[in-house]
Amino acid sequence: MMEPLSWLGVTGPVFLPLMVGFLAIFAVSLAGLLTLPALSWTPAGGISAPLVAQRGAAVGRLVQLSFLALIALAVGYGVIALILPVQARGILGNLFARFLPVWIALIVTFGLSIRYKRRLGLYGKLFDSTIGMIGFALVMFWVFTAIFVAMNMVITHDPLSQVSGMKNKVPGTPLPKGSEGFGYYILGGDILARDVFSRMVSGSLEVVKIAPFATVFAFMVGITLGLPAGYYGGRLDTFLSFLSNLILAFPVILLFYLLVTPEIVLTGIPRYMAGVLFLFPILFLVILFYSRFFTQPAKCAIYLTVTVVVGFWLYLGIAWNADPLGLISFPPNLLVVFVSVVFVNSPTVFRIVRGLTLDIKTRDYVAAAQTRGEGPWYIMLWEILPNARGPLIVDFCLRIGYTTILLGTLGFFGLGLEPESPDWGSTINEGRKLLSIYLHPALPPALALLSLVLGLNLLADGLREESLRD
Amino acid sequence: MGLFVLRRLWVMILTAICLTFVVFFLTNLYPNLEKLAKQQGNQRMTDAQVESWLSNRGYLQAVPVKYGQWLGVLPGYQITGKDGVLRGRCFSAPEDAKTARRFCGVLQGDWGYSTVFKEDVSVIVGKRLWLTGKLMLWVMIVMVPSALIIGVLAGMREGSKTDRSLSTVSIITTATPEYVSGVIFIAIFASSAVGLKWFKGTATSAMDDATFANFTLPVVTIALYGMGYIARMTRASMTEVMTAQYIRTARLKGVAFHNIVLRHALRNALIAPFTVIMLQFPWLLNGVVIVETLFNYKGFGWTLVQAAGNNDIELLLGVSVVSVIVVLITQLISDIGYVYLNPRIRIS
Repeated sequence: MMEPLSWLGVTGPVFLPLMVGFLAIFAVSLAGLLTLPALSWTPAGGISAPLVAQRGAAVGRLVQLSFLALIALAVGYGVIALILPVQARGILGNLFARFLPVWIALIVTFGLSIRYKRRLGLYGKLFDSTIGMIGFALVMFWVFTAIFVAMNMVITHDPLSQVSGMKNKVPGTPLPKGSEGFGYYILGGDILARDVFSRMVSGSLEVVKIAPFATVFAFMVGITLGLPAGYYGGRLDTFLSFLSNLILAFPVILLFYLLVTPEIVLTGIPRYMAGVLFLFPILFLVILFYSRFFTQPAKCAIYLTVTVVVGFWLYLGIAWNADPLGLISFPPNLLVVFVSVVFVNSPTVFRIVRGLTLDIKTRDYVAAAQTRGEGPWYIMLWEILPNARGPLIVDFCLRIGYTTILLGTLGFFGLGLEPESPDWGSTINEGRKLLSIYLHPALPPALALLSLVLGLNLLADGLREESLRD
Repeated sequence: MGLFVLRRLWVMILTAICLTFVVFFLTNLYPNLEKLAKQQGNQRMTDAQVESWLSNRGYLQAVPVKYGQWLGVLPGYQITGKDGVLRGRCFSAPEDAKTARRFCGVLQGDWGYSTVFKEDVSVIVGKRLWLTGKLMLWVMIVMVPSALIIGVLAGMREGSKTDRSLSTVSIITTATPEYVSGVIFIAIFASSAVGLKWFKGTATSAMDDATFANFTLPVVTIALYGMGYIARMTRASMTEVMTAQYIRTARLKGVAFHNIVLRHALRNALIAPFTVIMLQFPWLLNGVVIVETLFNYKGFGWTLVQAAGNNDIELLLGVSVVSVIVVLITQLISDIGYVYLNPRIRIS
C-alpha cells in the first residue's frame, strides 16, 4: 500500500511559510489601499490630499510587488513539482503537473497575442486591459482543458469507470494494488468511487461542446428576427416583440421542467422546435450572401449552393436525425437540452438586436445606402449589423456564461443530460447530498463552473471597456 | 396615464392567457396523461384501458375545450363513461350532478386536487406561497439595500479604486449561480467535517421557526446572485447622473460632495434600478427553486419540483399560473412605476 499524497508534497514546508507571508502582506496592503481614500474625506484633522496620494502610490507598489511575488512562488512551486517523482509532488503539485499541456498552450497563446497585439484589432486590444486578460486566461484555460481532455490528455482515469474501495475517499488516496493507470485519485473519489478530478476536467468538455454553439444559434435566431423588427417596425415588430415578451415572462426553470422531460421527447415537440429554430442559421446565411452578391450571379450561385447543401445536410442530421449519408446524428436527450437553451436565449438577443437596429437606422450612412437604392436586407445585414458588433460581441461572451449557468441548472435538477454524465451541474447535484460529511466531490465542479463563468464575465467587461475606448 | 395602465393591463391578460395555455398544452400531452392514468389506475393497464380511463374523465376532449373548462369559461364536462358511471368536472358523486355548478375552473376558485399531496391545490399553493413569501421578504431586505449601496458607492466616482474593486465584487456575484454559492457556503459555514459550523446546512426547521442559524444561508445565497446585477445597473445609472450638467453646476456652486450624492444625484439615479429590481422577480423565482431544493425548505419552488417530478398535473398548473401571474404583475408595477417615477415621462 502506497502512502496517501499530502497537500503540498515535500517542498511544502519551504513554500508554505513564504506563501502565507506574502499573502498577508498582499491582503494588508490591499485593505490599506482601499481605505486610504476614505481618510481624505474626514474633515479637519484628516491627512491632506497630496500626502494621501503619496502614501497611496507607495501602498499600491506594495500590492503589486506582493502579488507578483505570490505568482512567482506559485510558478516556482509548480516547476519544482514537475521534476519531483509523483509521490513527492503532493496534491497541488500533481494538479499543476496534470495541467501541463494547458499551461504550455496558454503561454503560447498569450505570448503570440501580446507580441502581435497591434495587428489583431479588438482581440489585440483585449491585452491592454488587465481585467480582460484575466478573463481571457480563465476562459482559455477551460477551453484548452476541454480540447486536451478530448485528446485524452489531462484526465487521469476514465470519468465513468469505478474502482472498488475508492468510494468517498479523500483527495490524494492511492488506488488499491493492481489497478491500472495513474496511482492516485488526486481529488479523491465520489459516491460511486469514480475519480473526482477526471470528472471535473471532463465536465469542461461537456460545456465547451454545447454552450458556444447554443449561443451562436440563439444569436442567429435573434439577429434574423431582430433586424427586420427594428428596421421595419409596425405590425411585424409588435407581433415579434409580444412573442419575445411572452417567452421572457416564462420562469426559465418552469420552462425547463415542462420541456426537458422524457414524456415530451416522446411526443416529438423538441424535434419540431429544432426543425424551426435550426432553419434560422441557413436562412441567415442565404440572405447574407444573396443580398451582397445578387449582382454577381456566378459568385452568388457558388456561395448559395455551398450554404444550402452543407446547411441542409447538417440540418437533416441535427434536427431530424435523418442524415442521408448517416454521418451526423444528435442524441435526442442532448437535442432537447440544446433546443431549450437556444429557445430561452433567443428572445433576449432579439431585444438587444432590435434596440440596436432602432438606434442605428437613423444614422447617415443608412440614409446614404437607402439613397443609393440598396435593398432593405443589404442595409440590415451589411450596414447595420457590422456597426452593432461591439455590444453584440460583449453580450455574446456574457451569454455563453449564462448558457453555462443554465446547463448547470439542468444538470443540477437531473434534466435532460444522461445520469452518468460528468457535466458540472450533475456532479454538483450528486456531491451536495453528502456535503455535510465530504466536501471533495461537490467543491471542485462548483469552483470550475464559477471560474469559467467568472472568466467569461471578466472577458466581456474587458471587451466592453476596450471597445468603448475608440 | 389611465389609458396607458389599461393598455398594459390588456396586454398582460393576453400574455397570461397565452402562457397558461402553453403550460396547459404541455402538461396535457398524451404521454403525461398516460402516465397519470397508470399512476391513478394501475401500472399494468393496457393501452385500451388507459384510453377508456382517460375518456371517462374528460381528458380526451379537444385541448381548447379542456382549457376552457379548466379556466372556467366553458361549462364543466359531464360524461357517462363506458362503465356506465356518470362523471363530471364539477362534482365527485353522480348524485350531485343535478345540483353541481355549471362552471368550475380556476376563475371560480376551483384549482383541482393534487395527486401527490392528496390535498386541494389552492390550499397547497397558499401554504407554500406564504413560506416562500417569508424567504423573499428577507432576501429583499438583504439584497436591495446592499446592492444599492454598492452601486452608488461604485458609481459616484467612476474609475476610482473603490469603483474598480466594487465592480469586480459585483461581477463575481453575478458569475456565481445559486447552486455554486450555496454549495460553497454550506462547505464553509455548515459542514460538520471541516467547516465553521456557524449556520445550519438545511432550512427545514425554518419553515415554522426561522432563526439566524437556519435561515441565513438560503437568504444570502439567493440575495448574492441578484445583488450583483442590481448593483451594476445602479452603478451605470449613477455614473450617468454624475456626468449630468446639473451635478457640475452643483459642484461649481461649492456644494459638498456627500450632499451632491445624497441630495442631487441619488433620487434620479434610483429610477432605473427600480425597474431592474422589479424585473428581477422571474430570476429570483429561479433562485428560489434551486435554493429551496438545496436547503430542503418546503416552499413554492420545492412544490414546483415535486409537482413536475411526480407528474402532478393540476398542482403543476396551479403553480405555473401563480408564478406567471407574479411575474406579470411585477412587470406591470415596474412599467407603471417607471412612468410615475420619471418626471420627464410623467409630465409630458
